[in-house]
Amino acid sequence: MKTFAMGGVHPEENKISTNAVIEEFPLPKTAVILMTQHLGAPATPCVAKGDTVKVGQLIGKAEAFMCANVHSPFSGTVAKIDICKDAFGLAKPAVYINVDENDVWEESIDRTPDIVRQCDLDPKQIVDKLKEMGIVGLGGATFPTHIKYNIAPDKKAEYLIINAVECEPYLTSDHRVMMEHAEEICIGVSILRKCLGVPNAYIGIENNKPEPIAVMKKMAANFEGIIVEPLKVKYPQGAEKQLINAITGRCVPSGKLPIDVGCVVSNVGTAYAVYEAIQKNKPLIENILTVTGKKIQSQHNYHVRFGTTYSDIIAHALGELPETTGKVISGGPMMGKAVSNLDAPTTKGASSVLVIDADEAVRATESNCIRCGKCMNACPMGLEPYLFSALVRNRRIEEAGAHNILDCIECGCCFFSCPANKPLLDEIRLGKNLYRGILMAKKK
Amino acid sequence: MNLLNVSGSPHVHSDESTKKIMWRVNLALAPMLIVAVAFFGLNALLISAVSVASCLLFQWLIEKFIMKTESTICDGSAVVTGLLLAFNVPATREMIWLVIIAALVAIGIGKMSFGGLGKNPFNPALVGRVFMLISFPVQMTTWPKPGENLFSMVSVPTTDATTGATPLGLIKEEGIGAAGDIWQYFIGNMGGSLGEVSALAILIGAVYLLCRKVITWHIPVSFIGTAFVFSGILWLCDKTAFLDPVTTILTGGIMLGACFMATDMVTSPMTKAGQLVFGFGCGLLTIIIRNWGNYPEGVSFAILLMNSVTPLLNRWFKPKRFAV
Repeated sequence: MKTFAMGGVHPEENKISTNAVIEEFPLPKTAVILMTQHLGAPATPCVAKGDTVKVGQLIGKAEAFMCANVHSPFSGTVAKIDICKDAFGLAKPAVYINVDENDVWEESIDRTPDIVRQCDLDPKQIVDKLKEMGIVGLGGATFPTHIKYNIAPDKKAEYLIINAVECEPYLTSDHRVMMEHAEEICIGVSILRKCLGVPNAYIGIENNKPEPIAVMKKMAANFEGIIVEPLKVKYPQGAEKQLINAITGRCVPSGKLPIDVGCVVSNVGTAYAVYEAIQKNKPLIENILTVTGKKIQSQHNYHVRFGTTYSDIIAHALGELPETTGKVISGGPMMGKAVSNLDAPTTKGASSVLVIDADEAVRATESNCIRCGKCMNACPMGLEPYLFSALVRNRRIEEAGAHNILDCIECGCCFFSCPANKPLLDEIRLGKNLYRGILMAKKK
Repeated sequence: MNLLNVSGSPHVHSDESTKKIMWRVNLALAPMLIVAVAFFGLNALLISAVSVASCLLFQWLIEKFIMKTESTICDGSAVVTGLLLAFNVPATREMIWLVIIAALVAIGIGKMSFGGLGKNPFNPALVGRVFMLISFPVQMTTWPKPGENLFSMVSVPTTDATTGATPLGLIKEEGIGAAGDIWQYFIGNMGGSLGEVSALAILIGAVYLLCRKVITWHIPVSFIGTAFVFSGILWLCDKTAFLDPVTTILTGGIMLGACFMATDMVTSPMTKAGQLVFGFGCGLLTIIIRNWGNYPEGVSFAILLMNSVTPLLNRWFKPKRFAV
């Protein structure tokens, strides 16, 4: 069975919410829609205070190149347009909406449960529609999908890879979407395959998910050019470069993009969103979110509309956080971010609300590096985290740069495996930022 | 509700810790201690106990009164140093108190003067041993005969008059005709330092460490392999002047050195390629010192010399980068 070439770790899987069927999350009373829910410049609000909006109406327009449209996930009236702190404490422009219980949708959106199989759009039209519908990558990086699928004339795509690896512990949203929407996903994948003009699309799934593998294999048999590729479990298989390496054997060189080796990678959730956007005219307004944790009573997978706050989700799913909660994470425990502001809204990139108990939430005391080399052996990029740590602590940033600190994909394998509990990834992040600053200053 | 904790990812950690690694090493050293007590009697046990206790005490004193930092004696590394130090001295009565000096040098100079565990360039136990070898040459080369106290924990030898010699010492004096039975060497029935005699016990410990992934095969195999091949070539050139390769690797400290001293994480290279070169250097230097040096045994010196080039090896041998 295939996997990527070097490094990697095996964190406890903890997929406890696997069997929780996707539920519709109820409408909140108020919602805050951030204008930056994607990688790039913020969208420009195109509604004013007092306007009534429908579900799916454009409220933030993409004007910069690296940007994505934002649509209203709720119907109601615009309360204000203001700055809002996101879950991690960063101030962002936002549209505040007083939600109308009647939930009025744009008429153009097909809300019937029928599956639309036929797609007659050409690649250009597909890309335009993806842009219009504000589709971004749902694997975590929220890269605008229309930019990814608009291949430069001097590049050629050979592989379409669908990331259904879900190598992060705890997360089950990809698992559930495959179990419940396999046909829609396959239609979405076919559309993306057509858009790129590649013969085959490969859906990579780790073999700790036998049920989705079986379901997807059965479904893919009805479609042309969709191959389900079971992969040996190893974190971080879902990282773009590692997944390309696992499936095609190719390596994306330092500083290059997947398309430079003829690959385009999209998340399985994105494929589902593409289906809904192209076939049902539904803009990206909701995502599947796992609510999980070892110590919480009930595990859930929800269809949550963006703009619902973390506290709303916690209140509905759990009542209140357990007394012993130490940390709430948006995303998986390896690469997710700790939420500092529970009253902040969810965004397009959110994939989970993970509740970590206090005893796991505190880092163990750091001790001296014993040069065991575990960080180096765990690094999937073949870097030397212990060296970065020492160089960054002594502010020898250019040396860290010369040792390719910018190649780090921040998967966290080094810190995870360090017996001395050194905060290796914290130091590497700092080093990367400082080194980028040095490079910027040199350019000027 | 309490305030939420916020920190950078990852938010989970493997349950690996320095403490666990060090206690695994201690457990792996247990077979050698058992064999040492079986062959050398209560002296072996006393020396080990005194050595471990003084290593712990000196580390605690230095951390408390000189470095003024939190004590780290629970991490098990001082116990490793103490045991290895005891395993590197002869099981004579005098050693029961002399090993205290060795512990002071090993912990004080070998480890704490550089900043404690992880910062020391040289293996602390070997620093202690070599200091003793140079400062107390007579006491460090007076060997009790093994087997006389076989399984007699209570019979402490009345005098140290029943001194034997190590096979390597005999061969250095009397030529290679003095070499004995290989099987006896393998189980450890020969003169020598406490922990180095039984290749069998050492291999049991080493296999445990390999299984628990505390060490990798690279250093032991390249160390022992190099010693075997190099001494084999010499032996084939002149069978009357050089010792055969099997006896070479079974006698003296090669086994203990290759499996437990050279593999010390702190003082050996980090990449596999670096480790192979490190082991090669250790093997080569050991055979050179044994055959052309003044001392009958050269493992300690060989490892310390290679320790000194470890930073260079780390600089020269980098891990293979992704997509390069």
